[in-house]
Amino acid sequence: MTESSEAKIWHEIASPFCGIASDDLTIKVEGNTVTVEENGDAVTKKGFETPITDLQPRINGEQVSLEQAVNHAAELLTQSKQPVIGGLATDVNGLRAAMALADKSRATVDSMDSDSAFRNILVLQDTGWMVTTLTEVRNRVDLLVVVGSDIEVDYPRFFERMVWNKESMFDQDIASRQVVYLGKAPSGDASTSPAGKKAQVLTCDDADLPEVVSVLRALVNGKQIQAEQVGGIAVADLAKLAEQLKQAAYSVITWASGSMTFDHAETSIQVLCEMIKELNAETRSNGLPLGGKDGSTSVYNVSSWQSGFPMRTSFNRGFPDYDPYLSDSKKMLANGEVDVLVWVSSFNVSRTPPESTTPTVVIGRSGMTFNQEPEVFIPVGVPGIDHAGRTFRGDSSVAVPLRKLRDSGLPSTFDVLSAIELAMPN
Amino acid sequence: MITKLTGGRIYDPAHGIDGEIHDIYVRDGRIVDAPVDGKINDEVDLRGKVVMAGAIDMHTHIGGGKINIARTMLPEDHAADVVARTELMRSGCGHAAPSTLTAGYRYAEMGYTAGFEPAILPINARQAHMEMGDTPIIDKGGYAMLGSDDYLLRMMAANNDQEAINNYVAWIINHTQAIGIKVVNPGGINAFKFNQRKLDLDEKNKYYNVSPREILMRLARAVKELGVPHPLHVHGCNLGVPGNLGTTLDTMEGIEGLPMHMTHIQFHSYGTEGDFKFSSGAAEIAESINRNKNITVDVGQILFGQTVTASGDTMRQFAGSPHAHPNKYVCMDIECDAGCGVVPFKYKDQSYVNALQWMIGLETFLMVDDPWRIFLTTDHPNGAPFTSYPHLIKLLMDKSFRNDTLSTLHPEAQKASHLATLDREYTLYDIAIMTRAGAAKLVGLADRGHLGVGGAADITVYTDNPDREKMFSKPDYVFKDGTMVVKDGDLINVTWGTTHVVKPEYDSSVEVELKKYFDRYHTQKMGNFKMSDDEIVDDGRGSLTVQPLHKGGKV
Repeated sequence: MTESSEAKIWHEIASPFCGIASDDLTIKVEGNTVTVEENGDAVTKKGFETPITDLQPRINGEQVSLEQAVNHAAELLTQSKQPVIGGLATDVNGLRAAMALADKSRATVDSMDSDSAFRNILVLQDTGWMVTTLTEVRNRVDLLVVVGSDIEVDYPRFFERMVWNKESMFDQDIASRQVVYLGKAPSGDASTSPAGKKAQVLTCDDADLPEVVSVLRALVNGKQIQAEQVGGIAVADLAKLAEQLKQAAYSVITWASGSMTFDHAETSIQVLCEMIKELNAETRSNGLPLGGKDGSTSVYNVSSWQSGFPMRTSFNRGFPDYDPYLSDSKKMLANGEVDVLVWVSSFNVSRTPPESTTPTVVIGRSGMTFNQEPEVFIPVGVPGIDHAGRTFRGDSSVAVPLRKLRDSGLPSTFDVLSAIELAMPN
Repeated sequence: MITKLTGGRIYDPAHGIDGEIHDIYVRDGRIVDAPVDGKINDEVDLRGKVVMAGAIDMHTHIGGGKINIARTMLPEDHAADVVARTELMRSGCGHAAPSTLTAGYRYAEMGYTAGFEPAILPINARQAHMEMGDTPIIDKGGYAMLGSDDYLLRMMAANNDQEAINNYVAWIINHTQAIGIKVVNPGGINAFKFNQRKLDLDEKNKYYNVSPREILMRLARAVKELGVPHPLHVHGCNLGVPGNLGTTLDTMEGIEGLPMHMTHIQFHSYGTEGDFKFSSGAAEIAESINRNKNITVDVGQILFGQTVTASGDTMRQFAGSPHAHPNKYVCMDIECDAGCGVVPFKYKDQSYVNALQWMIGLETFLMVDDPWRIFLTTDHPNGAPFTSYPHLIKLLMDKSFRNDTLSTLHPEAQKASHLATLDREYTLYDIAIMTRAGAAKLVGLADRGHLGVGGAADITVYTDNPDREKMFSKPDYVFKDGTMVVKDGDLINVTWGTTHVVKPEYDSSVEVELKKYFDRYHTQKMGNFKMSDDEIVDDGRGSLTVQPLHKGGKV
């Protein structure tokens, strides 16, 4: 731990806390105090500025050495018949260590954001999709349709960086870009253009969204609709949107699956994705699934390349066994199927494990507090603050490097999980 | 510590050795001279065995965004080939889009000691290298994809001089940690974003007014002038389109003698004759390859069964998506850099088209005279998974096996091919050229693919067996950097290979314009785009090997 009071300024720092992973942050570090000086927002400020509290691991609330905590966790996993390694909010190397440990301890891996992620992954695995990435959006979008999501809450800088940027490299008139909300209305003004042009908003209840997107797809395909209203939206307005989509040169339809919490939202996402494929018969159109906060895009990437399958994969039988329903760790915990939970959460102190009677090991960001003290708590550093690392942006094509900004002495998730793996007998 | 490999029959085409019996000495991972004092620490008896350098796959999609999409979207394909953990090996899955760990183990078990990812999107280089970093035993590396990136096309539209292009190409190679440059459907991935659906060799991208031919010339010259040993790696225009033969010939003839590697040429060798309006162009293609000594090719052989096609060629993958099997696909526009398309596919032996594709690939292998200029690939996994290489080797080495297989295929396709009349059988020496010495020379690996003193001790030992599929499926021994990693076909050690790169020099002033470009248009800073050497070394398991440039190149 450095006691130096001399401030150090870092430029072009990437944020691992939000899915768009803005990497233009200026950060000031004095000792262990971190301040976002430029380009911060509510998500990144909380992410970078949450102070360190604990440095010492605990077993049942008593301070112990790191080695004691690691050995205790290894012993729990060695005795366990059905462990879960969950949470999985960490950087790529932390995830690599988690996968190696899961393989050895025959655990099931799951992510704290799986419910949201699977609304997309199930579509990818069933019919696929046509999607684009942030830089393409920034330079090409002429019509942005935001479906079922109030995206500025979780992605505060999305519009500033991807829609109302100063210029496009293809000489597009940025002011002419159109934004349409379908479903939820925006909670703020991020989507309003610099000249004051407000987004068009077609609101409906979440429960009506499946019907609304189905009608929109039918209209894109030239089908006649008898009804005049669907979910409170005039069919004439949807017909106009369908026409806008067909006329656009590069429309982008975006959704944040985390906000689509109604049952089987994946089927609505699938309808949108099939509509996008159909639009591409004549013009260009793409989806942009927004997600990936706290490293969740890294989870399915690392899990897929190391095992072939995304999270919700069990190693209980000695090989990867993928089941997005049976291996839902929340259900497994609620059903009493888990005898040890290892909860990995190195980004956000408020993302603690679900309450349960299951013996729990938390590999968590220093500063985390618990209603229910876990059997083992090992405070770890934050990737991109306490140690270097890499995280995937929500659009998955770009992995950004994370820098070590301070010397807190906290171990990394990789260090701790690798030590636990090493401490387990072969 | 000196190990003597005694009495093997050596096939080492880099030194003109064709089945001679001699001993090999290994110390510290390298092949060395016989010790003057005759002292050795260990001996492996290779009498009666066939000895070659470790095999090198110069074109295999083993790491990066598109293959990871393929993995994620194909749980049903993995399910039939899940791999259990052992004391030595991590669990995983195999077949069309294997997990990284299983891919490394299986390559090694087949006697391969290196594989090169041919399509690293510069913006996705970090992911590609992280995946390859989790691929054990084999060495790896990759070719950075240019040609549809807006930065290059802007330079060309502005008519920048060749020197400026060379600087940009060198900068990309350095900061994506690549060993070569690939171009995929030159300019076509970009044109698709502007809603163009085809782009022939002299058609212009409608925004930049630049043609594929111009892109190929600029990049082929850059690679040559920088001294990068691997020639420009070209996935041409019109992949899979009946009648693309003419464009392919024009591409090869039109490069004005510059070194150029045409990849998965099978997919670019189609005519339009016959009732099915789909015919073999292999004879004309092979004739052109034989005549143009600046051209090298790999075949991209198809073999029958389920696989997945993963390509940077968004334009052609979207066009092919109605053939998806099972019926799902992904297309992606990526970061004003490139794109990708992932389409699962099942090649059927009773399909006229698929059967003829199989024949076209084999015709090409058999009609190209010089094994130093043709390479054994299935464009893994696009034509077939890499695990089918031993089967493919048997098809090349065993005429009766080949013709027996041929006789079971779609009858009309049999009539459309004169494969049955081709008598050539590849020899062990030919196979050693194609998969070792030639591949190392082509990729630019000075210390691999041969068994001479000073070379890396990547060595594969087989039992000679007239059934070549059996022989090449299960080597007796595989040594990786001197360590025995395979014995009797089974893995006994897990090591971690190096990453091969080249580092051509560039003028640092290239970053002035690049920084402005990233700041104005991108969503990532230039400084964060660049991959450092440390990222390859990572937690100590990885390493970098910088291969020498050709004469004239500046490091």
